[in-house]
Amino acid sequence: MQSLQQQDVSALLSGDEAVAMAALDAGVKLGTGYPGTPSTEILETFATLGGHAQWAPNEKVALEVGVGVAFAGARALVTMKHVGLNVAADPLFTVAQIRLDGALVIVSADDPGMASSQNEQDNRRYALAACVPMLEPSDSQEAYEFMLRAIEISERWQVPVLLRMTTRVCHSKTIVRRGTVQIPVPHTPHFEHDFPSRVMIPAYAKPAHRRMRKNIADIAAWNDAEGLNQLIPGSSSLGIITSGAAFQYVREAAPEASVLKLGVTYPLPLEKMRAFADSVDLCVVIEEGDPYLVEAARTAGIAVEGKQEMYRFGELNVPRVRRILNDDATPEAKPLPGKPPALCPGCPHRSVYNILKELNCIVAGDIGCYSLGVLPPFEAMDSLVCMGAAIGVGLGLRHSLPPEEAKRVVSVIGDSTFVHSGITGLVEMVYNPPPTGHVLVILDNGTTAMTGMQEHPGTGRTLDHAKTGKVIFEDLARSMGIKNVHVIDPAPAPEKFQQLIQDCLELPELSVVIARRDCLLAARSIREFERCHEQQTD
Amino acid sequence: MSSKPTNVVIAGLGGQGVIKASDILADVAFSSGVDVKKSELHGMSQRGGSVSSDVRFGERVFSPMVAEGEADFLMVIAPDQIVVNQSALRPGGVLIDPSRIDESALSNKKSINVALLGVLSRHLQFPVEAWIAALQRNLPEKLHEANLQSFHLGRDL
Repeated sequence: MQSLQQQDVSALLSGDEAVAMAALDAGVKLGTGYPGTPSTEILETFATLGGHAQWAPNEKVALEVGVGVAFAGARALVTMKHVGLNVAADPLFTVAQIRLDGALVIVSADDPGMASSQNEQDNRRYALAACVPMLEPSDSQEAYEFMLRAIEISERWQVPVLLRMTTRVCHSKTIVRRGTVQIPVPHTPHFEHDFPSRVMIPAYAKPAHRRMRKNIADIAAWNDAEGLNQLIPGSSSLGIITSGAAFQYVREAAPEASVLKLGVTYPLPLEKMRAFADSVDLCVVIEEGDPYLVEAARTAGIAVEGKQEMYRFGELNVPRVRRILNDDATPEAKPLPGKPPALCPGCPHRSVYNILKELNCIVAGDIGCYSLGVLPPFEAMDSLVCMGAAIGVGLGLRHSLPPEEAKRVVSVIGDSTFVHSGITGLVEMVYNPPPTGHVLVILDNGTTAMTGMQEHPGTGRTLDHAKTGKVIFEDLARSMGIKNVHVIDPAPAPEKFQQLIQDCLELPELSVVIARRDCLLAARSIREFERCHEQQTD
Repeated sequence: MSSKPTNVVIAGLGGQGVIKASDILADVAFSSGVDVKKSELHGMSQRGGSVSSDVRFGERVFSPMVAEGEADFLMVIAPDQIVVNQSALRPGGVLIDPSRIDESALSNKKSINVALLGVLSRHLQFPVEAWIAALQRNLPEKLHEANLQSFHLGRDL
């Protein structure tokens, strides 16, 4: 990180760090998002470099804050992992048709191969569905340059822009030369009323939809005429159309091939693709994930070959690209399994899972370190769907199972996940309580541990650990009318914790149990932050 | 076609300094003026599980990952991670395993990653000054002495 601040000319940076540096160079007014591998380091780096970065409770709120920044004429960066865009999809689809005054760049960090995710969704589909332009860098240099280009495109057409990264682009370090792209200086923030542009009642949204389609057609024409595409001349017998990280694998697997590398993958430069395909004997599309490019090309009547279905799963790499080009669909060798991750020794979640297993609970779980409760020796989590689902899923089970089974259902959620999207689940619990009652356990370890110890509204500290407003879970639950609210440290007296859970399960009422003990890895830093705050108050 | 990049895979368990070692190696290559790329997966791997990191350097590097069976060097910090990573190595590639280091000779046992970098450094063309500078850039000052000792222990084997 030191080198990142000191180096003006070039540095070895991750894609995430490169995006942060571009945001700084572009004068981004505010960066916001929710932590999620592999996107987390963007905002952390932006803050370290001196940018204004903050964590939002979830991606939907982050995007809405970003929209407000752009309405004020300033530049906004909003970051999230791929599944975060599901949460933010509601504002995304409508802001797509709203005329922006500033810039709005949304980073979607996809995770093909699921290094640390619950699904393998391909967010290029979102660009198409929401009609939002999408740029895809293939290394850190392009992450830097495309972030700047994304701002330029956003302001030129007054639209939001998606910057799609993938795990390898986010986390690989490659050399970045700074200052390679110059864009106009940011506007001075100010507000002017413009009801038809920003108020999406049907009367105004109808013309806005037409304007959105015209904009995207204009951008497509620009992408065909100019764009951010790269043509690498080579053999006339083999041509490859590719984008993102796959481009790097292609260059190594088939150095002799002609390559059309796409920088903007929505809207596509279809005429450029057609001319390229016509210029070679065989045109193959190499893309990670869904057959997005190949489908678009074929729909446009461009003759291209794609990959076999087996290569849709997992990441691509150089050997897999070689196999695709050889049309090789024989089974691939499976790598030997390494040592799986596990809950840290001394992790406060350990005693919770031991007890839930002991009590033969049916556990509706959620997303975080504590997802590891599903693995041996605990095997004490029965479901994991998405952020916040523990509560809704637990309630659905309670409503449907016979009473004797229903009484064993517990929802388990982490502190950051609870703030992200568990609070509305708690509202549902109060509003539609099952006849057997329900038990919600909030595993409050005082940090967003899974993604590397980020703050959240329940810690009372901002992204850079300064003191701020704090959401207190027990007060929140009580204010909603839940009578049985307990705060307990599960580690020192597990038998007390077990008795408490047992008692709550017996009651045909709603209970919230907050199992509170700082994450072992974060505890020292948390004490240090709190000490600093006390000194400041003194 | 330019000459092929040098491929190094560093493997071990979460908390052993795999990523730190690959950061140092990549920094040595970068500061020596060659193209370099480095890749690993973050996230779940932090929880004590297997971790490996790929570093590639040379005149021009495309993929940041080392292909299976194409590593010139495999440096493993945890003895039980040799078997699962062995297939990364090309025929004739060099395995640098932790048994090469006498742990009792290290002033700080946690710096075995750097001692193994010392072993690796003998096989690479970078000057020793580049290694020392990279170690100092990537480690906090209070750890410099112990890590320089570890590096030289590995390098002088």
